Amino acid sequence: MRGLQKRYGQIEAVRGIDLTVEPGEIFGFLGPNSAGKTTTISILCTLVRKTAGEAFVAGVDVDKDPSGVRSRIGLVFQDPSLDAQLTGRENLELHGQIYGVPGALRKQRIKELLEVVELADRADSMVMTYSGGMKRRLEIARGVLHHPQVLFLDEPTLGLDPQTRKKIWEYLHAVRKREGITLFMTTHYMDEAEYCDRIAIIDKGEIVALGTPSQLKSKVGGDVITVTLADPRAAAAEIQERFSLAPLMDDGSLRLEVPDGAAFLPRLVRELTVPVDTVSLRRPSLDDVFLKLTGHAIREEAGTNLDRMRMMGRMFGGGGRR
Amino acid sequence: MTTAAVSASGPIPRARGGMLRTIYIVWWRDIIRFWRDRARLVASFAQPLLYLVIFGSGLSSALGGGFAAAGGVSYTQFIYPGVISMSVLFSAIFGGMSIVWDREFGFMKELLVAPIERTAVAIGKTLGSATQSLVQAVILLLLAPFVGVTFTVTSFFELLGLMIVLAFGLSAFGVAIASRMKSMQGFQVVMNFLMMPMFFLSGALFPLVGLPLWMTVLTRLDPASYGIDPIRRTVLGAPAERTAITLGDQIVPIGLEALIVFAFGLVMLAFAARAFQHRD
Repeated sequence: MRGLQKRYGQIEAVRGIDLTVEPGEIFGFLGPNSAGKTTTISILCTLVRKTAGEAFVAGVDVDKDPSGVRSRIGLVFQDPSLDAQLTGRENLELHGQIYGVPGALRKQRIKELLEVVELADRADSMVMTYSGGMKRRLEIARGVLHHPQVLFLDEPTLGLDPQTRKKIWEYLHAVRKREGITLFMTTHYMDEAEYCDRIAIIDKGEIVALGTPSQLKSKVGGDVITVTLADPRAAAAEIQERFSLAPLMDDGSLRLEVPDGAAFLPRLVRELTVPVDTVSLRRPSLDDVFLKLTGHAIREEAGTNLDRMRMMGRMFGGGGRR
Repeated sequence: MTTAAVSASGPIPRARGGMLRTIYIVWWRDIIRFWRDRARLVASFAQPLLYLVIFGSGLSSALGGGFAAAGGVSYTQFIYPGVISMSVLFSAIFGGMSIVWDREFGFMKELLVAPIERTAVAIGKTLGSATQSLVQAVILLLLAPFVGVTFTVTSFFELLGLMIVLAFGLSAFGVAIASRMKSMQGFQVVMNFLMMPMFFLSGALFPLVGLPLWMTVLTRLDPASYGIDPIRRTVLGAPAERTAITLGDQIVPIGLEALIVFAFGLVMLAFAARAFQHRD
């Protein structure tokens, strides 16, 4: 991908984003739900028209040549977009044909990619019998089948258990290494963002920070210390006075950012007159960055509307048409 | 793992013939799914059979010998072509509706982000749905001996042609409705305000002669009428001419009826193709 640059004037969803993603990069778009991540991806994938600004994907203008963009990108959506009544191989076959991958090459690619995502032995089972993780793997294989230059992934690990998520990342890295493509992904899992080369933190339709995971972490002043104690109010005042730090109060615990946590911790416990219950020290995570930059934490959300719809679909499924 | 020349990145050669290929793929998918879902195929005969055996026999008895309008044809024989057409109508509209399912379940996105002509998607979907309803209709023809209807080889092929036209017209209609529907919630509305009225007004269950004026007008506006009437005239032969659709005092020729249904299908297809082009 060369020079992706966008500016939008849409008030609600995406409010002015400027961004360039380098070829071969794993770029993470991080933010809470409804921050504008999916909207941005939908614009880049030519599913949604932008209101203002310009966007190029792999050097192609998304408005002037949507078809050109479509043939150069692969997609893994937030919700599975597989045909559950076809087998894994048939889904890939269908995709290959839609994108005009010629016959012999198509067969070869399908075979190879099924091995990469370790689905070769289940390739001829119906997709409806797959687990969530398997479906995602199949979608990743499908997304790169036609040799796209950019693979977009919208919350590729949403709703998967931590172990499966880790595995998906291994596949993604394997695929990137093999295909040499750019990955552009959204997530609201902080720990995932750390697999990326660079991250943009987005909140309420705007980018609030951009950089490598370690650059972003360095925005938090060093280490994070969390102290729980009986009287946080008194302790906060004391810390402010004695160490000239500004602790954040959160549910009866205090959160401090200090340059050298290991050295500061003994001092804190020794000098504080308010009795301390527990103390913890950790390296800053991207959660801390997000909290610091936006003033609120990233929330995790459960079932969506669509999940309910799916339930209904299953109920209908027997007699109705699918 | 083999890392052959295949793995070289960059654009790969693309096969030619985009439009036809897309139509074929979309159609192929529908056919595979149809073939897999044999339970549905079997179930799809339940309704026509109920109409033929129970409704048909029941009304035959109630009418006694009084079904004179059809001239020597029993009521069961009269509705037999209607029931075949009904199966085409329902299955075509449901087939179109599968687009809404695809949208709900995400597969539609796979098609919409692909570098393919969306018109081709609409055409492929129409043809897929038409093929399915046609297969069901042809199987229903096997019941002909049981209702005491016989046809010649010529009339069989005429019938096939007419059924293809009807399946196409109604499938395009189904795709056109579905192309504008965002969720399955509108399904009941379509069912009660479009499908059932179309079915009742089409002349599937009663002859479209001697009706009150308002109803006559509605039956002539129903595209399904022009699909069912020629099928009945072909299946039942001369006796059905008495119940044929008239405009003014003229009996509408079968060819014209088929043309009307075909044109209706084309208009619906154009409408669906336009709806598919739309981006938010």
